[in-house]
Amino acid sequence: MELIISVVCGALLAASFYLLMRRNLLRFVIGLIILGNAVNLLIFAMGRLTRARPPVIPKGQKVLEGAYANPLPQALILTAIVISFGLLAFTLVLVYRNFAANQTIESDEVRGSEPSDTLDVYDETKRLPA
Amino acid sequence: MLFAVLGIFLGAALSPLVVRVSRQAAGWILGLLPLGVFVFFARQLPAIAHGETVRQSVPWLPSFNTPLSFYLDGLSLLFALLVTGIGTLIVVYAGGYLQHHEQLGRFYVQLLSFMGAMLGLVLADNIFVFFIFFELTSLTSYLLIGFYHSEEESRVAARKALVVTGGGGLALLGGLLLLGQVTGTLEFSQMLSMGATVQSHPYYLAIFILVCAGAFTKSAQFPFHFWLPAAMAGPTPVSAYLHSATMVKAGVFLLARLSPVLGGTAVWEGTLGIVGGFTMLMSAWLALRYTDLKQILAYTTVMVLGLLTMLLGVGGEEAITAMVTFTVVHALYKGGLFMMAGSVDHETGTRNVRELGGLREAMPWTMAGAVATGLSMAGIPPLFGFIGKEMTYEAALHAESFGMLLLGVSVLSNVALVGAGLVVGLKPFIGERKGAFTREPHEAPVSMWLGPLVLGVLGLAFGVYPALIDHSLLQAAQTGILQESHELHLALWHGFSPALMASLVTFALGFAVYAAWETIQESGGMAALGTAFGEVPGRVFERGLYGLARFSQGITTLFQNGRFRWYLFAIFTSLIVLVGGGLAFEAQLGWPTFEGEVAYYEAALAGLIVLSAIVAVRTQGRFIAILALSVGGYGVALIYLLFGAPDLAMTQFAIETLTLILLVIVIIHLPGIEGEDSLGVQVRDGAVALGCGALYTIIMSTIVDVPLDRRVSEYLAGNSYTEALGHNVVNVILVDFRGIDTMGEITVLTIAALGVYVLMRMPRRIAHEKEPEEEAEENETAD
Amino acid sequence: MIYSLILRVAVRLLVPLLLLFAMFMMLRGHNLPGGGFVGGLVAASAFVLYALAAGVTRAREVLYVDPQTLLGLGLACAYGAGLLALALGKPFLTGLWLHPHLPLIGDFHLGSALLFDLGVMLVVVGTVLLMVFSVEDRLPGLVEE
Repeated sequence: MELIISVVCGALLAASFYLLMRRNLLRFVIGLIILGNAVNLLIFAMGRLTRARPPVIPKGQKVLEGAYANPLPQALILTAIVISFGLLAFTLVLVYRNFAANQTIESDEVRGSEPSDTLDVYDETKRLPA
Repeated sequence: MLFAVLGIFLGAALSPLVVRVSRQAAGWILGLLPLGVFVFFARQLPAIAHGETVRQSVPWLPSFNTPLSFYLDGLSLLFALLVTGIGTLIVVYAGGYLQHHEQLGRFYVQLLSFMGAMLGLVLADNIFVFFIFFELTSLTSYLLIGFYHSEEESRVAARKALVVTGGGGLALLGGLLLLGQVTGTLEFSQMLSMGATVQSHPYYLAIFILVCAGAFTKSAQFPFHFWLPAAMAGPTPVSAYLHSATMVKAGVFLLARLSPVLGGTAVWEGTLGIVGGFTMLMSAWLALRYTDLKQILAYTTVMVLGLLTMLLGVGGEEAITAMVTFTVVHALYKGGLFMMAGSVDHETGTRNVRELGGLREAMPWTMAGAVATGLSMAGIPPLFGFIGKEMTYEAALHAESFGMLLLGVSVLSNVALVGAGLVVGLKPFIGERKGAFTREPHEAPVSMWLGPLVLGVLGLAFGVYPALIDHSLLQAAQTGILQESHELHLALWHGFSPALMASLVTFALGFAVYAAWETIQESGGMAALGTAFGEVPGRVFERGLYGLARFSQGITTLFQNGRFRWYLFAIFTSLIVLVGGGLAFEAQLGWPTFEGEVAYYEAALAGLIVLSAIVAVRTQGRFIAILALSVGGYGVALIYLLFGAPDLAMTQFAIETLTLILLVIVIIHLPGIEGEDSLGVQVRDGAVALGCGALYTIIMSTIVDVPLDRRVSEYLAGNSYTEALGHNVVNVILVDFRGIDTMGEITVLTIAALGVYVLMRMPRRIAHEKEPEEEAEENETAD
Repeated sequence: MIYSLILRVAVRLLVPLLLLFAMFMMLRGHNLPGGGFVGGLVAASAFVLYALAAGVTRAREVLYVDPQTLLGLGLACAYGAGLLALALGKPFLTGLWLHPHLPLIGDFHLGSALLFDLGVMLVVVGTVLLMVFSVEDRLPGLVEE
C-alpha cells in the first residue's frame, strides 16, 4: 500500500508544483493547498501504514501492545494540518489585498518591491560608486 | 608590552576628549603617549643589545590555544622604536596640520588606533595575534587614507588600499596557518629555530607563496605597488606615518621576521631579489616622472621597499646590515620629507615642485629640516643616508651570485633617488622665488617644523657618529633577523673601496639627473614609463573590481530577477538535477517489492485523489477547482481514517470544511483562473513538475524498502500512560511529550490570525467600487 | 450571509450540539481520539456556520467575546500550564497531576495537560474565527445583498 501512496504523493506533488508555477495567483494558492496535503500524506506513509488499531491504549492497560499505527507521524501531521490552514488563510488574504490594490492576480505583474525591470548591467558609462 | 599596546588604544579612545578640552594643545598632549611608550622601549635597549629577548604572554583565548603573547627582540624593538618615535612627531605634527579641521578628534582616534595596531603587529608573538593586528592596520589605514571621505579620490584610494592589503592579509592567514601546522607551534619565537624543518616540508612552497602574497601587497611590491602612491590622497600626516615607519614596513617586517624560517632557499632569494630589484628600479625612475611632492615621495617609498625586499632576498651579514640600516635611514628621511611637503602645501597652497622655489627666506626652519632629510635621501655625506647607500653597495658587491647585476640595479636606482632627493629637499627652497601661490608663504607653526628638523638632525647625528646606534640597536635587529650575532660597525669613511667608487658614479649621474630634471620629467620615455607602471596597474585593478561588481550584478539579475515563478522553476529544476542525480549515482535503486494486500476501496480512493488533482490542474473554472480540491482533501482524510489515524481524519475533515468556506468567501471577489501560458511553457513546467513528482515517488518507494526504526514510537507508546496518564498517544505527544512544539505552533497560529486581521483592516483602497478611470487617476496621484 | 430557511432553522439545533460535541472532543482527547485541535475546529465550525446563517454581526454577539480575546486567553492557558510547573520548581511544561476521588465519578485525573489542551482549543477557535470574521466583515456575504 505504501507503494500506491508513493504514487499518489508523486502525482499530488507534481500537480502542486505545476500549479505553483502558474501565473495566476489563485492557481498558486490551490497548488499550495495540494502541497500541504501531499506532504502530510508523505510523512504519514513514511511512518508506515498499518490497518490495525489507532495508537490508543485500551482502557485498563498501561502500555500499547500488539500492532498499532505509528503515533509519531500522526502528531507531526496534526499540527501541520492546522498550520497549513493558517498559511492558506494568510496567503489568500494577501492575494486578495494585492488584488484590491493592484487590480491583478498575475504574479508577473506583482513587482511593487522589485526593480522596475532587468537592470542595465552592461552600461559602460555607469561608474562604480567610490 | 601589553600595557604599551593597550595604552595606545586607550589613548585613541580618549583622544576626542582631549581635542575637546584643548584643540590647540591636543597634538602636544597626545604626543606624550607615544613618547612615553618610546621611552619605555628605549630603556629595554641595553638588555636587548646584549642578546636578551623578552616574552610576555597573557591568556586570552585558551580554547583556541591563542594567548595574547608578545615577543621583544632586536627586530621588534627597532620597529617598535620607529613606530612610537616617529609616531610622536606625527601626532604633534597632525595637531598643527589639522588644527582647524572639525574632525580632528576622529582623526586622532584613527591615527592612535593605527599606531596601536602597528605596535601590536611588530611585537606579536602568536601568529593569530599577529594576523589580527596585521588586518587591523589594514582597516585603520583604510579609515586614515579615506579621511577626507567627501572626496571621491580619497575613497577610491582607501578602497584600493583595503582591497589590496586586506586580500593579501587573507593569503597571509593561510600561510601562517600552514606554518603553524608544519611547525606545531603558533609562536614566532619558537618557530625561529625550525627553519630546516619547514624548508624540507612539502608545504614549504605553499607557505612561501602565501606569506609573500601578504608581504608584497602590504609592502607595495610590483605588481601591487599601485595602492601606495594612490594612498597619498589621505592627509599628509597619514602619508608621512604610513610611508616612513609603519604600514608599508609591515610587509618587510614580516619577511624579516620569517627569514630565519623561510629564508635562504633558492626560491626565496630568487623571488625576493627579482621582485624587489624590479620594484626598486621601476619606481625610482617613476618618481622622476611626477611633479607633485607627495607623489614623488610615494614612489621613492616604493623604491626603498623594493630595496629592502631585495636585500632580504640576498641575505647574509652584509645585506642584512644594509637592510636594517636603510630601514632607519628611510624612516628618518621619509617621515621628515613628507611632513615638509605637507608644511609647504599648507603654507603655500601647492605641492607642485615646478611651481615652488625660493622659499628659503619664508620658511627657514622647514628648509633646515627638508634639506637635511632630502640630502640624506640623496645619500650625500655626512648624512646617514650615505652610510645606508654604501652598505647597500657593499652588500651587492659581496653577494654570492649576481653581484654585479645587483650593483648595477642599485646604482641605477640610486641615481634616480639622488635626483628625486634633491628635487624634493632642495628645489622648493632655492632659486628664484616663484609667484602663483594661493597664499602668502610664511613659516609653519613650530609643531609642524619640529618633526622634520628632529628627524633631519638625527639623520645628521647618526651619519657623523654612527656608533650611537650601530652596536646597540642595529646589531640587535640584525641578530633578530639572522638569528646569529655579528659585530656590526658602521662608519662614514671606508677607505677607497669599490663601493665608494660606485657612490661617486652615483653622485655624478644623480646631479646630472637633477640638473636635467625638468627635461627628463617631460620626456616621452618617462611618459611611457609613467603610463606603463604608474597608471596601468591601478587601472587594471579598478577595472577588475568593476568587472567583479558587474559580474555579481549580472548573476544577481539572472537569479534574483523578482519573478518568483522563475525562482520556483530554478528550485525544482535543481532538485531534479541534484537530488535525482545523486540518487542515480549513489543509491542502489531496484524495482520496489510490492507487499501486502490492497482492498479495492483503497485503490479506488487513491485513484480518486489523483483524479481530483488532475481536475484541479486542468480546469478553467475556479469553483470546479476548489471542489476538486475538497474532494482530494476528504480523500486524504479517509486514508487517515483507514490507516489508524482517527485524530488526523477528524482534523482533516474540519479543516477541509473551513478551507472550503474561506476559499468560497474570498474567491468570489477575485477574477477567475482562466487563461493559461503558451503551450511551450505549459509543457516545460509540466515536465519539470512531473519529474519532481516521479523523483518523490522513487525516493519514497526506496525508503519504504528500508526497515523503519521504531524506537521513538515505541518509547512514546510505552510511556504514554505511565508518564503522562493519557491513553491517546497522539494527544499525549501533542500536549506533553512535545508540548513545547505545540506551544510554538499555537503561537504561530495566533500570529497568522492577527496577520489576516490586520491585512483585512488596512485602509480600504478597493478598486472594484470605483470606476476604472477614477482608479487610474488615483494610482497616478498616489505614484 | 445566506438566506435559507432550512439553514436558519437547522443552525439553531446544530450550533449548541456542535459546541457540546466540541467540548466533549476536547475533554476526552487525552484518552480517546480527539483533543484540543479537533475540539477547537469543531467549535469554530459551529460559529462559522452561525455566521453564514445569521451574519457576522450576530455571530459576534453570540460569541460574546472578541476572537482576539480568545487568542490571548488560549495562549495564557497554554503558557500558564507550562509556567505552573516552573513555579513548582520543575522544568517548564512538566505535566502536573491531581488525583481527587470524587463521589459518583470515581477516580479522576486532573492534569495541567488539560489546561494546555484547553489553551490549544481556545487558540484554534480564536484563529479560525478571527480569520473568517475579518474576511467576512470586509467582503460582502456569499450572496450579494
